[in-house]
Amino acid sequence: MIPIQHLLIFTSLLFLTGLYGAVTRRNMVGILISIEIMLNAVNINFIGFSRISDVSAEVAQVFVIFVIVLAAATAAVGLAIVLAIYRNQKTVYTDEVDLLKW
Amino acid sequence: MDAFAPLATFALYGLMLGILATAVVTVTVRNLFHAAIFLAFTLLGVAILYFFLHADFIAAIQILLYVGAIMTLVIFAIMLTSRMSDPSVPQSNRQRIPALVVTGIVGVFLILAILKTPWIVSGTLQTTNAVALGKALMGQFVLPFEVISLVLLVALIGAIVTARSDQ
Repeated sequence: MIPIQHLLIFTSLLFLTGLYGAVTRRNMVGILISIEIMLNAVNINFIGFSRISDVSAEVAQVFVIFVIVLAAATAAVGLAIVLAIYRNQKTVYTDEVDLLKW
Repeated sequence: MDAFAPLATFALYGLMLGILATAVVTVTVRNLFHAAIFLAFTLLGVAILYFFLHADFIAAIQILLYVGAIMTLVIFAIMLTSRMSDPSVPQSNRQRIPALVVTGIVGVFLILAILKTPWIVSGTLQTTNAVALGKALMGQFVLPFEVISLVLLVALIGAIVTARSDQ
């Protein structure tokens, strides 16, 4: 087992990579992809802490299962919204979807 | 613990570097289809990292759900929404430099905080198996388990209704 600090620095960098992608991507599918990277970084943190803490490891793993299920729900609903917007607006770029902006 | 321990540590650092590299390519590459393929490699790397951290069941779920289901959904969405690989359309907005600055500042503060915090490491490394995980899911966490099942069901029905064409 490597020091927990190294694992935490790695997950921080992974999270920030996902954050950068979520902020800079124009395509909505690209933003969803970046959000998946961020969720994965958080899950690695959970598993890393479950290895070193006194709490039994099942608690963290159950939390990770919940996060993965919620990520699946997010991806399903998000991609359905992307498809609906593409059918109505003929675009998948976030700066071109400005119907609610005046 | 044995003679292979230095080799395993070296492989772990290499794996972490590889995950970071594929993640950076995922968020920066122009072609979105390539981004999806690199995301699959990132998720596979994270699954291997779970094996290193002795979370076998989570690694299996990661491969099954992320690499199997979510990647299929993403690639379907990319293929259904055309105009994505047109090289004349810019794929990132004009916030690239500010985003880089802000994520850099946040990263420096996060790393400083991580290095300054005294982490309390218990003497024995915790481990678990699928049997204990199933008992926890059906015993201590049965109410959140049922709620999350309902959330997933509602989300999937909502996704079908949203994506359905109206005619």
